[in-house]
Amino acid sequence: MTEQPIHWETEGTSRVPFAVYTDEDRHKKELERFFYKSHWSYVGLEAEIPNPGDFKRTVVGERSVIMTRGNDGQIHVVENVCAHRGMQFCRERHGNKKEFVCPYHQWSYSLKGDLQGVPFRRGVRQDGKVNGGMPADFDPKDHGLTPLRVATRGGVVFASFDHAVESLEDYMGPTILKYFDRLFNGRKLVVLGYNRQRIPGNWKLMQENIKDPYHPGLLHTWFVTFGLWRADNKSELRMDAHHRHAAMVSTRGSAGQATGQASQVTQVSSFKESMQLNDPSFLDIVPEGWWQMEDKMPTAVMMTLFPSVIFQQQVNSVSTRHIQPDGHGAFDFVWTHFGFEDDTPEMTERRLRQSNLFGPAGFVSADDGEVIEFSQQAFETKPEHRMLVELGGRDVGETDHMVTETLIRGMYEYWRKVMEA
Amino acid sequence: MMVEMNTWFGIQQLYADYASAVDSGQWDLWPEFFTEQCVYKLQPRENFERGFPLCTLSLTSKGMLKDRVYGIKETLYHDPYYQRHVVGAPMVRKVEGGCIHSEANYAVFRTKYDKESTVFNVGRYIDTIVQTPEGFKFAERLCVYDSEMIPNSIIYPI
Repeated sequence: MTEQPIHWETEGTSRVPFAVYTDEDRHKKELERFFYKSHWSYVGLEAEIPNPGDFKRTVVGERSVIMTRGNDGQIHVVENVCAHRGMQFCRERHGNKKEFVCPYHQWSYSLKGDLQGVPFRRGVRQDGKVNGGMPADFDPKDHGLTPLRVATRGGVVFASFDHAVESLEDYMGPTILKYFDRLFNGRKLVVLGYNRQRIPGNWKLMQENIKDPYHPGLLHTWFVTFGLWRADNKSELRMDAHHRHAAMVSTRGSAGQATGQASQVTQVSSFKESMQLNDPSFLDIVPEGWWQMEDKMPTAVMMTLFPSVIFQQQVNSVSTRHIQPDGHGAFDFVWTHFGFEDDTPEMTERRLRQSNLFGPAGFVSADDGEVIEFSQQAFETKPEHRMLVELGGRDVGETDHMVTETLIRGMYEYWRKVMEA
Repeated sequence: MMVEMNTWFGIQQLYADYASAVDSGQWDLWPEFFTEQCVYKLQPRENFERGFPLCTLSLTSKGMLKDRVYGIKETLYHDPYYQRHVVGAPMVRKVEGGCIHSEANYAVFRTKYDKESTVFNVGRYIDTIVQTPEGFKFAERLCVYDSEMIPNSIIYPI
């Protein structure tokens, strides 16, 4: 690897060099250190594979993996690489199978990845003599699909190539775990469907987007105008001890649509005082019991679990957003919207209606993909430059407001620790 | 199935006018192709075929379409682009209770300023068309698209 050295302008991480987004070798090192070692990655929801034999193909980092449910109901995650010639044999995105067979030479595997059959293993008998075959010491036990370590919690499935990774709970840490358990509190999840988009920008920019509470009330007119996310909402920013994961917690003002025209948050040009919906049912918001946390009732909790996933609660709309890197300059972003088994039909309708705000065409999400693309365009033209992440200071710490970029600084503190080790 | 020549021409004209309108950049024209209680959905084929209700956009009244137009014009920051629809011949599936159930393949090309034209979104319209005093309107237009991996974002109406 010929990784170019990065120049950090200051001690901390308040000036992030463009070069962290532009180098292919550094990207490979990130995959190795964040996606393939010591970290858990999101792979899906248990509800996506409810029955024995169900499978879903997805990725960990850039590696293709298959999440399956075995005959005993156990969830397994195996790499989609045949042990023989390395082919990514599984092409369907989902389905149900009794076993996996690589069509190239018909090697077959159980749902948990054990090698079951190798054609002509003992050779082919012809004219009284046995031709070929695998060597006598060939042991199928040594040649299964690469199994990943699996952890499930609250119906969410994580996997790691690193079997020595800490427990999922330790990985999240108690602060983030609390918010995770609020959303995934044991009720069965119901998959509502998928949205997929390819964003031509570095994958970390999506983590940063959801660690940046500065932009939603400015870029996203809908948020500021209807009070869904505004700098004057009651809010908290929380992190794990390593500052790699975060939760942005916000409670919509009781007034709903902004009325305080004099206040600073409504002075911004994206606030549209006269904006009225022709159809207000987009914002037919009904509080749910599970939102409650101690004496608080957050209307939005945006969780970033480094490096692979975002968990969204924005009022009644809940989703997972899976970050799937593809080289240093692009990633696929897969949204899985869900509900809960005890949702009324009206609540399901409401979640679906509010999903218009999110995803690749969403009223407040489509422009996130756009700004990431345009940032990456600039980074590529002058990797020696750096960005400024100094709102709220230059240090890292939790806050009870959102006028800060501390979570991004925190993520890069962790990034430097791991990448410079 | 066979429909009267006049009806057939009417459907053809509606499809052609719609394509022309959504390619024109005059977004206010778009809601006028729909009835008041209309449904407009843009859905990945995967969700459609697996029975998942989630859509990329799901608008269930003409008011919502107007709100989308406001979003396009005023609130959604995006790279401006041209779009060009090419719509195949309509296939009328059935006519029932005053509703024409019709389908057509479509391809939308996107051209960003200073960039080449690319295939942006291809799929199939599944429509319910009704006769109104102002002519044929969509009571329902479901755009089921094959291009499930959206090239970043979809801003304008398909």
